[in-house]
Amino acid sequence: MLKKRIIPCLDVDNGRVVKGVNFVDLIDAGDPVEQAKIYNNEGADELCFLDITASSDNRDNLFDVVKKTAENCFIPLTVGGGVRTIDDISKLLHSGADKVSINTAAVKDKTFISEASNKYGSSTIVVAVDAKQVKEEKWNVFTHGGRNETDIDAVEFCLEAAELGAGEILLTSMDKDGTKSGFDNKLLNKVTSKINIPVIASGGVGTLQHLHDGITIGGASALLAASIFHFGDFSISEVKRFLAEQNISVRI
Amino acid sequence: MKIVIINYGAGNLHSVKKSFESANLNLGGTNDIVISSDASELKEADKIVLPGVGSFGDCKQAIMNIDKLFETLVEQIVIKKKPFMGICVGMQLLADKAHEFGEHDGFGWISGEVIKIKQHPEFKIPHMGWNEIKFNAHPLFQNLQSNLDFYFVHSFHFKVLDAKNILATTNYSEPITAAVIKENIFGTQFHPEKSHSNGIKLIENFLQWSPS
Repeated sequence: MLKKRIIPCLDVDNGRVVKGVNFVDLIDAGDPVEQAKIYNNEGADELCFLDITASSDNRDNLFDVVKKTAENCFIPLTVGGGVRTIDDISKLLHSGADKVSINTAAVKDKTFISEASNKYGSSTIVVAVDAKQVKEEKWNVFTHGGRNETDIDAVEFCLEAAELGAGEILLTSMDKDGTKSGFDNKLLNKVTSKINIPVIASGGVGTLQHLHDGITIGGASALLAASIFHFGDFSISEVKRFLAEQNISVRI
Repeated sequence: MKIVIINYGAGNLHSVKKSFESANLNLGGTNDIVISSDASELKEADKIVLPGVGSFGDCKQAIMNIDKLFETLVEQIVIKKKPFMGICVGMQLLADKAHEFGEHDGFGWISGEVIKIKQHPEFKIPHMGWNEIKFNAHPLFQNLQSNLDFYFVHSFHFKVLDAKNILATTNYSEPITAAVIKENIFGTQFHPEKSHSNGIKLIENFLQWSPS
């Protein structure tokens, strides 16, 4: 049986790990390669780096981090943040990323999704969608790390991204991110019940039960979390043991 | 021994090389792991590895575009029977043909066809993540327990014609060929280079393998 994946995410700025609460108030806390090695040894199913470096002049730091991580961790690595062109994707893949996540560029120009997936294969392209609830039963897509609102319906956009060749959706709830109050399972379920590609749930994990609910209520194929792992609230193995006890199929 | 990983522009080349280097170190570091598409390097190789990500047609075309590459592979693998390992699309290419964005001929070294994984509402496509495999007893799977997890990521799978060429399977919306074998030719649908310690163990086994 295919296992539900647990994916620790590291926010990387200028080659250093940070994690924001609601995407502001960044706290520096470590070397990404060392962190990645720890997660790898603890039994993470994949790793995710989100590059939040503002200036594209400093992208070389990211490529270096990706390269060193891929040399040390023999599990899949997804890298995203500031990916705007086919050339950006190509550089990340050649640095050692297995999957590249695209966000703002995919919203600005949807053909970028099909162009990227035609060139590198669907399974390499993750479309990261930042969604915020705007009214009852309605979520819109936000871009630029959650700063800019669009009038694009988030659920529709996820479905469209899948049609255009995305291999996976990384769905982040802007309302929940950093709150430790659980995933937005309503939003997740709206997407996972209609879409035919895997969805990674992101934003809001505070307890083990939240992770469980993201799978059973939200319907996620994988769970992404940053702070609970990064600040040591739970270890990956604790999470997996808990989920296994609840009869959720995980890789132990 | 000299192990040549074929370079035809596949994105995961670096990861494959690093995983082979890691397995090699565990075995004492006596093998030479080289990335190349050069016919003379392949002639000197003791074992040959074909990685692959992306679409079947693109990978096939990229291989055919490299001067003398395919002819050299036939000579070294089919005629001289050097141990070979194909990974993901590198394994699917062994098939007669693939139905993925049109129809493409494969190498035809292991009979069967590559088709889309069966759609089912409960099974998302791509088949992405860790899934357990069941395998037949074979030196390539020595010191590995059955039902161990390996990392898969694919939307198409290899329907192998002759069951004796199926070395391992996994289950998804339908049974999926996880590994194929035919004399010196071995291939895995999963990515050993992304399958943590299980994958490294399998690569160690390949490095030590001498097909009878």
